[in-house]
Amino acid sequence: MYAKLIGAQGRGQASYRVSFWLDLAGTTVVVGADLISVLVIFSRVPVLAGFTLKETIVLFGLALMSFSVADLLVGNIERIRTYVRLGTLDTVMIRPLGVLAQLLCLDVGFRRVGRILYSGTVLGIALWVAGVQWTPSKVVLLVVAPLAGAAFFCGFFVATSTVAFWWIESGEIANSLTYGGRDFTSYPITVYSGWFRKIFAFGLGFAFVAYYPGLVLLGKADPLGGPPWLGWLSPLVSAAVVALAAFIWRFGVRHYRSTGS
Amino acid sequence: MGLVTATADRSTIRNFTEPLALIGAITASGFRRFATYRQATFASLTTNIMFGFLRTYVLLAVAGGGVVAGYSGPQLLTYVWTGQGLLGVVMLWGWSDLADRIRSGDIVTDLLRPIHPVVNYLAADLGRGGYAMIFRFFPAVLCGALFFDIYLPAEAITYPLFALSVLLAIVICFGCRYLVNASAYWLLDMRGVNMLWLFMSGLMSGLYFPIRFLPDWAAALLWFGTPGPSFLQAPMDVLIERDPLPVRVGMIGVQVFWAVLMLWLCRVVQRRAERRLVIQGG
Repeated sequence: MYAKLIGAQGRGQASYRVSFWLDLAGTTVVVGADLISVLVIFSRVPVLAGFTLKETIVLFGLALMSFSVADLLVGNIERIRTYVRLGTLDTVMIRPLGVLAQLLCLDVGFRRVGRILYSGTVLGIALWVAGVQWTPSKVVLLVVAPLAGAAFFCGFFVATSTVAFWWIESGEIANSLTYGGRDFTSYPITVYSGWFRKIFAFGLGFAFVAYYPGLVLLGKADPLGGPPWLGWLSPLVSAAVVALAAFIWRFGVRHYRSTGS
Repeated sequence: MGLVTATADRSTIRNFTEPLALIGAITASGFRRFATYRQATFASLTTNIMFGFLRTYVLLAVAGGGVVAGYSGPQLLTYVWTGQGLLGVVMLWGWSDLADRIRSGDIVTDLLRPIHPVVNYLAADLGRGGYAMIFRFFPAVLCGALFFDIYLPAEAITYPLFALSVLLAIVICFGCRYLVNASAYWLLDMRGVNMLWLFMSGLMSGLYFPIRFLPDWAAALLWFGTPGPSFLQAPMDVLIERDPLPVRVGMIGVQVFWAVLMLWLCRVVQRRAERRLVIQGG
C-alpha cells in the first residue's frame, strides 16, 4: 500500500522532467554553499579548535550524510504545519493507515537523492584525503555511523514537527533545531563552549552523530578527553532519540485538535 | 468603463504631495501587514538567534582571541548578530508576493493602479523593513549583546551612516527579489531561478562568512561586480568600523550605485513584461 503511494509520487514527479532535474541539481548545489563556507573559513586558519581542514571535512561529511538520508526519508514532515492549517491532516487521520506513514508518503522528495550522492562524495573524498588507516571495525563504523545519524535526525524531524499540533503558525521554529543541529554537527564540538556545547552536544546528543564516530575513524584522541568507545555509542543514542520522538508524536496526534476550517 | 476610469486616474494627481501621501500610505500598510504575523516573526527570530549562536562560536574559534581579516573577536560578534538581525530586514529569502500574483493573474489589478508597480511594491517593502528592524533586528542584536561581548560603534556618525546603509540595502535586495520574482512573467516554473538566488545570495552577501575572508581579488569582484555585498556586508562593515570613515562612505557610494541600477533594471524588466503580458481568464 505504502509502496504504491510512493510509486505514484515518483511517477508524478518524474513526469515533470525538466523541473525534476532542475530541482535535483538545485538542492544539491544549495547545500554546496555550506562546504564553500567551511573552505573559506579554513583559508584563514590552518587549524580550527584543534582540527585541520581534512579532519573537519570528515565530520562535515558524516553530518551531511546522516542529515541527507533523514531528509529524504522524513524531511517532508516539516510540511505538517501546512497540513494542519489547511485541514489536510483531518483527511489523513480518517484513513485506515498510520498517520505518520501517510504523511511521509504525501510528498516524497526524490530530488533529495542528489544530496545523498553529494554528501557521499564529500565524505569519500574527505576520508581518502585524510589518510584513514582502515581496519575491519572502522569499516563497520563507517556503515553504522551514518545510519545511526540518519535515525537520529529522523527522530528530530518528527519530534520537532509535532510543535505544529499545538502551535499552528509555528513557521520555521521546528527547523531551527533540526537544521541548527545539522550545522552544529558539521563542525567539531570543540569549536563551541560553555552551556551551549553542553546542551547541544550532550543534552540533545548531537555530539554522537559525527564528532565521536569521526574521531574513531580518524584515529584521533578526543581533545576533550572522552574515551574512544564513545564513537560506538551513536546507535544507542539514536535509539533513545527515536523512541522519544515516537512518544512525542503519539502524544501530539492524540492531542491534535483540528483547526475546524 | 471601469478600465477607462482606472487608467485616467494617473492624470488626476494634481501636485507632488499626493503621490507622496500615497506612497506613505502603502509603506504604512506594509508595516501593518507584517505586524499581524506575530507568531511567524517570533519563529523566525528564534531561528536567527539559534544560527547566531552557531556562527558566533565558529567565528570566535577562527579569531582565536586575535584578529582575522582585520576583524577583532568583538567585531566578528557584532558582524554575526547584526547579520542575523538584518537577514529579516532585507528579507533575503521568502518573498514571492509578486511571483504569486503573476501566476494567479492578480497582477492585473496592480497594473491598473495609478502608481508604478515597482514603486508600489518597494513602498510596501520599506514598511515591512521598518517593522523587521524593530522586531527582528533589535531583539537579535540585543540577544547577542546579552550573551557575548559585542563591539559597539565608537563614533556617533556611524549610527546615521548605518541607518542609511540599511535603507539602501533594503532597496537593493528588494530590487533583486523583484527581478527574481519577475522571471515568473516568462517562466512558468521559477524554482531554478529561486535556487540560484538562494545559493548566490547567502554566499555573496556576507551572511555565511565576511566577504573579507576571501582573497582580495574575489572580494573586489563581489563588491563591484555583484549587488551581493550591498545586502548585508555593507551595513555590517559600516557599523563595525573596521575601516576608516572615507572607506565606509565609499561602501555606501557603492550601495547607491547598485540601488539605482537595480531599480532601473526593475523598471526595464517590468516594461518589457507588460508588453508581452497576456492575462488569462476573464
